Amino acid sequence: MPQADGGSESVTTVRRGERGTSNRAHYRAALLGVAGIALAASAWELYKAFGPQAGVTVGQTIVLPRANDGVMPHIWQMFTEFGKPVTAGTGSQTIGGAVLAATWFTLRLAGTGWIVGVIIGFALAMLMTRSRVAEAAALPWVVVSQTVPLIAIAPLLAGWGQYLHVGSWQWGLPQSVMVISAYLAFYPMSIGALKGLTSPDVYQLELMHVYGIGWWRTFLRLRLPAAVPYLLPALRLAATMAVVGAVVGETSVDLQGGVGYLIISFQQTAGLSDAARAWPPIIGAMVDGLIAAGVVALIGVLLRRYRRGENA
Amino acid sequence: MTSLPGQRAPVSKVTAVVAPIVLGAALIALWQLLVRAFHIHDTIVPAPSDIWHQLTEEHTLIFDTTRKTGWNALQGLVIGTVVGIVGALLAHGVRVLREMAAPIVVAVSVMPIVALGPVLYGLFGGMTDTARIVVAGIAVAIPVYLNTLRGLQQVRAVHRDLMLAYSSTPWQRTWAVTLPTATPYLFTGLRIGSSLAVISALITEYFGGPSDGLGFTINNEAKSGAFALAWAAVVGSIVLGLIFYIVTYAVERWFARHR
Amino acid sequence: MTAVALSGVERIFRTGKGRQVVALEAIDLTVGEGEFVSLIGPSGCGKSTLLRQIADLDSPTSGTVSVFGKTARQARLDHDYGIAFQQAGLLPWRTVAANISLPLQLHGVEKATAAARVEQLLEMVGLSDFAKSFPDQLSGGMQQRVAIARALAEQPKLLLMDEPFGALDEITRERMQSELVRICQESGAAVVFVTHSIPEAVFLSDRVVVMSPRPGRIVGIVSTTPVAGVERGEAYRDDESFFHGVQEVRHLLHSGHATDGPRGEGAR
Ligand SMILES: Nc1ncnc2c1ncn2[C@@H]1O[C@H](COP(=O)(O)OP(=O)(O)O)[C@@H](O)[C@H]1O
Ligand SMILES: [Mg+2]
Repeated sequence: MPQADGGSESVTTVRRGERGTSNRAHYRAALLGVAGIALAASAWELYKAFGPQAGVTVGQTIVLPRANDGVMPHIWQMFTEFGKPVTAGTGSQTIGGAVLAATWFTLRLAGTGWIVGVIIGFALAMLMTRSRVAEAAALPWVVVSQTVPLIAIAPLLAGWGQYLHVGSWQWGLPQSVMVISAYLAFYPMSIGALKGLTSPDVYQLELMHVYGIGWWRTFLRLRLPAAVPYLLPALRLAATMAVVGAVVGETSVDLQGGVGYLIISFQQTAGLSDAARAWPPIIGAMVDGLIAAGVVALIGVLLRRYRRGENA
Repeated sequence: MTSLPGQRAPVSKVTAVVAPIVLGAALIALWQLLVRAFHIHDTIVPAPSDIWHQLTEEHTLIFDTTRKTGWNALQGLVIGTVVGIVGALLAHGVRVLREMAAPIVVAVSVMPIVALGPVLYGLFGGMTDTARIVVAGIAVAIPVYLNTLRGLQQVRAVHRDLMLAYSSTPWQRTWAVTLPTATPYLFTGLRIGSSLAVISALITEYFGGPSDGLGFTINNEAKSGAFALAWAAVVGSIVLGLIFYIVTYAVERWFARHR
Repeated sequence: MTAVALSGVERIFRTGKGRQVVALEAIDLTVGEGEFVSLIGPSGCGKSTLLRQIADLDSPTSGTVSVFGKTARQARLDHDYGIAFQQAGLLPWRTVAANISLPLQLHGVEKATAAARVEQLLEMVGLSDFAKSFPDQLSGGMQQRVAIARALAEQPKLLLMDEPFGALDEITRERMQSELVRICQESGAAVVFVTHSIPEAVFLSDRVVVMSPRPGRIVGIVSTTPVAGVERGEAYRDDESFFHGVQEVRHLLHSGHATDGPRGEGAR
């Protein structure tokens, strides 16, 4: 809320930064960002060149990684790996192709999980906004649900397919992965939405009461738009968590097709012969995370009208 | 009793305590009832009573695996917190560093860090816990870094001006104003980090490494069909997560009072 | 017909563990149509609580409140009054024009009619050039004017205002007071105005209701209509009758043991 400052009668907010300076700031950020990545890459290569082959061990514990070719590839090898075939036989798919397909596969799982988690989280937040008793009863459990690593049940969802079916439709491994993904996405959403939906101040709420519009219209006109600045970070966190859930879920229930599965299977097939092999699916997982965050950023741009309070 | 419009009348203390307990008990009772009434196979979910039975039967196993994962998570939490705070102080002090780190931090913050598990098992060897600690450490460092940095940048103009008026040294400024302002933010990051530490240490066990810990036990017992035992290990992980949360919360409260 | 009639109004807040605050006791007050009445008293004496009884934002423990001969609730549902608070309470995602037209839109006023009305109101509060601005681009005084325009949107015959100028500096405040006088003369609305500034109350009002705390009650009512021939304008601030009014209100405030309690500012 903009504060009544009683200041001068002129327009107080001057939009920060003329076009020129903001452009220069962008260039600077981009340049330094690239420099940062280059620095990190050189550190990796330097360690690989001069670091101890067997790592550094203090007592029984290894504290610095092993720099040998068997486990530590060159940076460029992580990328040239994309062009290699998955298997030695002719006509094999390239790793790049396999990772691309897997990245898309996992993204779809995560996307579905995200939507389900977001809907459940939001509905719960609505219920808690509506009723204080519901909030008192549910909120501690919502918090507990995330302080405890309930994702631990992931491997336990693998067997559901055998027993859950409605008519010809049967519960499959993808559904189990989506449950995990949705579960991780639901928490940030419910907390963020609760904060946002209860954020209007008492004056705004009383005004709606004065206008005699009911709970629902107050919700649509006031609570929901006022919640946007809180919903966006919640959605972004939920998206990240949904991707984590999908990747972990795939490995826990042994679902083939996604990057989570590739991470494990490349590790097992290539093993020590090709240290770079592990990286393409990891990069795929990272891309999924970036896409998920990017989609939310796009939503944020579309809803920018409702974010005016943020920088006021 | 008139209820004031707009305000959400707070619930009484009794309700605040009783309501979640009633809800929790009701859910567990419902769970037990449903499993028994519909003869739900324990592949889907065993009855709470069965889980409890395994928990008492195998309490040494559960305790040991919980301690194992907890120790990894704790080391990750401490290392990640130190790295996050030091990183935030550096980034706050040196703008170039902050800007250089920005894209890497963004990338790491949106990526599933546990996916690094296999690579780290390679780098640090699959027979040690180092990879698990490193994953937990990275997972903790990110929220601690981001929140502390935000906290360091929250110093209010009036306080800064006050310190300038006292012609204080930069060190005095840091000590008297910047750090106290940033502390609550740091703890927000730490609270997020404490649960991430447990989750990460546990999930990394799914990706390989030594044959112990809660994650390994859950995965292993689930695959061999001992579902009630696997669920008992899940209970262990719940307790572990709660311990981490409560201890972090207690430290936060202590700091808030002794500032 | 009277705009507001309160009789024997009492409001007791239970603050838990058997303790209670008597915020209002034995309040009898009528406000005539088109009359400007101020409520004044130290903070915590129940001014806001009294206003909230009229607005049906709260209901009395005992006694009756009627607004234009109806219950407060019915008056609210009939959109009989407009209201403005100490904080403007604008919706940050709506433009100035959209904020003013909010009540019109919520109550199904036709678009073209609403647009014309908004234009008129913008002119009345002197913000025609800022129709498309957003609240965060306005100063506090401008935001408060938008809130007043919003309160006037449905041409209510009653305006309820709770320290609407409380957060403004003295210079802006005096200008806003003059504008309010003009606006009220144009619209002919009755006003119940809460303030803790004596000059403000005297300058604006036909009658000033002086209240004292714990229990909140009316200690006296001062008639502050300017003598014949004196306009309620800038010159009135230097007029003898203005000083008299100020003096009389001040004496009443002090005689009523109306000192500020240890509680300081009330709950809102
Ligand atoms: N919702 C409430 N619950 C309990 N006490 C209240 C509430 N609202 C007001 N009060 C009490 O009633 C008295 C009058 O408050 P208020 O009407 O806000 O005073 P004023 O507006 O004159 O400053 C104060 O003592 C205040 O603490
Ligand atoms: Mg008040």
